[in-house]
Amino acid sequence: MHTYLTNYLLHLADTALILSQRNSEWCGHGPILEQDIAITNISLDLLGQSRNFYQYAATLVGPDTTEDALAYLRTEREYKNHLLAEQPNGDWAQTVLRQFFFSAYQYLLYEKLQSGPDEQLAAIAAKALKEVTYHLRWSSEWVIRLGDGTEESHQRMLKAIDELWRYTGEFFMAADYEKEMAVDMASLKAAWMKKLIAVFEEATLPIPENTFMQTGGKTGIHTEYLGFILAEMQYLQRTYPGAAW
Amino acid sequence: MSFTQQKYFYGDIPEDHTGKDNTSTTFETKNEWPLWEVFVRSKQGLDHKHVGSLHAADAAMAMENARDVYTRRQEGVSLWVVESKYIHASSPDDADSFYEPANDKIYRYPVFYQLPDEVNHM
Repeated sequence: MHTYLTNYLLHLADTALILSQRNSEWCGHGPILEQDIAITNISLDLLGQSRNFYQYAATLVGPDTTEDALAYLRTEREYKNHLLAEQPNGDWAQTVLRQFFFSAYQYLLYEKLQSGPDEQLAAIAAKALKEVTYHLRWSSEWVIRLGDGTEESHQRMLKAIDELWRYTGEFFMAADYEKEMAVDMASLKAAWMKKLIAVFEEATLPIPENTFMQTGGKTGIHTEYLGFILAEMQYLQRTYPGAAW
Repeated sequence: MSFTQQKYFYGDIPEDHTGKDNTSTTFETKNEWPLWEVFVRSKQGLDHKHVGSLHAADAAMAMENARDVYTRRQEGVSLWVVESKYIHASSPDDADSFYEPANDKIYRYPVFYQLPDEVNHM
């Protein structure tokens, strides 16, 4: 019953949800009150996007499936999020860099999807694009601010690039369901690199070289981190099935 | 200048064994970002109203922080931010000389003046 569209929707939903979950870990721990609110806002935006994708996917899977079942009752191997989304928050530099990598990617992707053939997916993408435009602005400015900031903030950005760069290649390696959806990976990659180079140059950060890229998340092969996220996130529904408040 | 703040969780319950964090945090005020005042226009045609303040390192960040902190619930369509140090305020000590002299100058109100009956639509 899982068609390629369902799988693609789950991939988009899982990525947004896991990134949301990661960002939400900052809630109450942000460097200052204002940024605590900013990162939590982004987290909630992403949660809203994932709900839209899950709801649509649930209607395709069948009448017995709900968005909650898709989010809370699937296992690690069934999750199709990008590996980058599940990586630990690290310090603020690592979190804003991860967000920048994602927001630039989501911005370009949603821009394409909003004029795609599937009307409902296009509508969800159009709505999400407004939110992502802001996420991209916010995260770009943080990358520039830290990269072109003090010696220490620059070092921290370099370390963050070193930690995260190897997970960015997965954006542009099409899984089977992406091939079926005919997502144009090559033009996405070119536009994404262009944005990255513009921001990194302003941030006085070196453009990372092509290195070995980690893959697998899109097809359910995850790093060791996802299991812990799911354990925390799914605990309640699995322990008290159907719990509501 | 520094000060210590004791941190409480769960409704600021002061008892020792109810979640209080015994470690204290020291803030160095010299490292703080400047303060900004935020003005929000709630809809087109209305004026910007002061809604509060926030900390930010630069104007771009102040604008984004203002957006995140003060327009979460559709409060506005336009934002102004201005660094607080650029606002000059009257001193409460000057209140006597600044405001009280206006108390007994009733002739400054238009209603003080009797209009001739021939003047309409005032």
